[in-house]
Amino acid sequence: MSEPGGTPLRTAPVSVVLGAIASIRSAIIPAIAIAFSGIGGSGRLLVAAGVGLAAAGIGTAISYTGWRRLTYTIGATDIRVESGVLSRSARSVPYERIQDVSLEAKLLPRLFGLVAVTFETGAGGGEDLALQYLTIAEGERLRQLVRERRDEEQATAASPSSSPAAAQAAAARSRAEADVGEVLFAMPPARLMIFGLFEFSLAVFAVLGGLLQYVDNVSDIDVWNVDLWRGWLEEQGSVIASLGPYAQAAGAVIGLIGLVIIGTATGVVRTLLRDWGFTLTRSARGFRRQRGLLTRTDVVMPAHRVQGIVIGTGLVRYRFGWHGLSFVSLAQDAESESHVVAPFAQLKEIAPIVSAAGFHLPGETTRWQRASTRHRTDKTIIEAGLFVLATIPVAVFAPPGLFLIPLGLAVLVVGTNLYAWEFRRHALDDRQIFATSGLLSPTSRIATRLKLHSVEIAQSPLARLRGYATVHLGLAGGSFAIHGVPLDEARAVRASVLETIAATDFSRLDQARDQVQVQAFSDAQSGFSSNFLAT
Amino acid sequence: MDHTPARTLNEPQPDDERQLTRLHPNYAHALRVQTTLAAIPVLIAALVLEAISRDSALLPPGVIAGPVLLIALALIIRIPARRYSARGYQISADRLRVVRGLLFRHDTVVPFSRVQHIDVNQGPLDRLFGIATLTLHTAGNHNASVALPGLAEPLAREMRETIRAHIRRDSL
Repeated sequence: MSEPGGTPLRTAPVSVVLGAIASIRSAIIPAIAIAFSGIGGSGRLLVAAGVGLAAAGIGTAISYTGWRRLTYTIGATDIRVESGVLSRSARSVPYERIQDVSLEAKLLPRLFGLVAVTFETGAGGGEDLALQYLTIAEGERLRQLVRERRDEEQATAASPSSSPAAAQAAAARSRAEADVGEVLFAMPPARLMIFGLFEFSLAVFAVLGGLLQYVDNVSDIDVWNVDLWRGWLEEQGSVIASLGPYAQAAGAVIGLIGLVIIGTATGVVRTLLRDWGFTLTRSARGFRRQRGLLTRTDVVMPAHRVQGIVIGTGLVRYRFGWHGLSFVSLAQDAESESHVVAPFAQLKEIAPIVSAAGFHLPGETTRWQRASTRHRTDKTIIEAGLFVLATIPVAVFAPPGLFLIPLGLAVLVVGTNLYAWEFRRHALDDRQIFATSGLLSPTSRIATRLKLHSVEIAQSPLARLRGYATVHLGLAGGSFAIHGVPLDEARAVRASVLETIAATDFSRLDQARDQVQVQAFSDAQSGFSSNFLAT
Repeated sequence: MDHTPARTLNEPQPDDERQLTRLHPNYAHALRVQTTLAAIPVLIAALVLEAISRDSALLPPGVIAGPVLLIALALIIRIPARRYSARGYQISADRLRVVRGLLFRHDTVVPFSRVQHIDVNQGPLDRLFGIATLTLHTAGNHNASVALPGLAEPLAREMRETIRAHIRRDSL
């Protein structure tokens, strides 16, 4: 079990039990459906039990076969995972390509003491190597082993002439330094509660709607019968109509309050489940984020893999000063593109995290350039114009006075766009590019110009007429677009980004931040003049 | 084709439209052939509809096929030349600029040091006319691939070698 050589190892046998439980879970619903539906006449309970047992048995057999065919081998230079029942797949990842090992445990595996191990390669696209499930001790051991091997490789690569013992000592030293970290950001339960209050969500109604479909299957109620709902509503409506106007108003208010309470409670519960024990630590290895109550995740991202930063906020929480920080990187987070690093924090808490990643927030000396006023005018006219156009059929066909609604919305759109112009800005400083956008609350993006890959200036026909453009920056792992930039300014932005890129050697980008050096301009190359004819 | 910019500026700008290099003229011919091939099924469908409506005498003869034919002729004769002149490129010591688009204009610059890999592709029609498409791949999400069609094939290969040499030299 502790041989580093080439013997294939199996994952924990208890994962077969987990697979069996999962198949039982998926067998229960058909069994219940059969028991309640009437197939098989008087013996239908037996039929239901039989179907359930058969499904569970097949599921367990498949899970056992899958477990037997999944092996992993810790080699001298790489890790191999072989899996597959019918079609075999063997995947190997060399140690130096593994960024780190992340451990994730959902509720049920955690109860059994198991954990799912993922080897993060930074390749993006969800192609990371994963092993389900190992015991917690084995998972930690594997993580330790991979780190040891990787540090040894790095130490050997750094000083190839030293002896293996010296390389191991250097690796152990760097590992000891790398594991010590400072906690950059943590969310205590009080913060989580406040966060939950802002995450108003009516998702519970969607869940109820889904459950209603099952109700249709197992009982006599026909959910899709419109007359049923209409009759029920009329019944309730007649009850309400028989009350006085005050009671009606009170009823409406109470209903609204109930809705708000449900939405807030849902938000709080979801936030607690997702972000319990949120801790962000910074060590020499990178940023380590742990969170989750039922599903515990533990992810590490190296600092130099961070390509950019997004600071987002919401309509209401912006007014209270709460922002959310995400890193843009090639590796993918569980749900979204960017890694959420501080989901709910004040700007003064975000600032140290941002500087630990090697960026800096805009300050007083940043020279902001606003978006073009023509862009603002065009956008306002087009969006308000849609509502004004909608007013015409409403004025013709709907009851009198209702046409004021689209008209009012048009006025609202005009006001919103004028207000939102405040948020449409961009700025350049010595190393970075900043851009903010947003309708009623700003979303800020920050990227190092050095890590951009291309610059595009795009113009629609209207924009060409009016003299503004959209600047698209090629960012690895995310998007960065600045809308409504005057054309001269767009060209200036492009020129300065290209100047920054041309001054640095690309092959040095991937090394750790403190090792990046700025190279001189590469020599002008003979060959094509700038006007080479195509024939 | 005159490409003077809408506003003349005092300083000479490197982004001046006049400095863009045109593609190979065969690109327009290839586009024309492609449009013709794409129009043939549509014309056949229009003729079939025409035959059906003549049998049942619903509409006057030529009401369906006529406009379709006119539109197809307009597309075949006029559009390829306009698409050809809307594209351009500019290759300098360390970057490639590609301009495309009739209505929606896209002006992309990719520095050579950010190119991940390069393709030179030729479809059967391109082989007939001796042109090729040069595609640069970068690591960014936007413009992950930048394509430059309509280059003479030896030129495309030469440009690929230039860019490759630039990358090789940088990583030494």
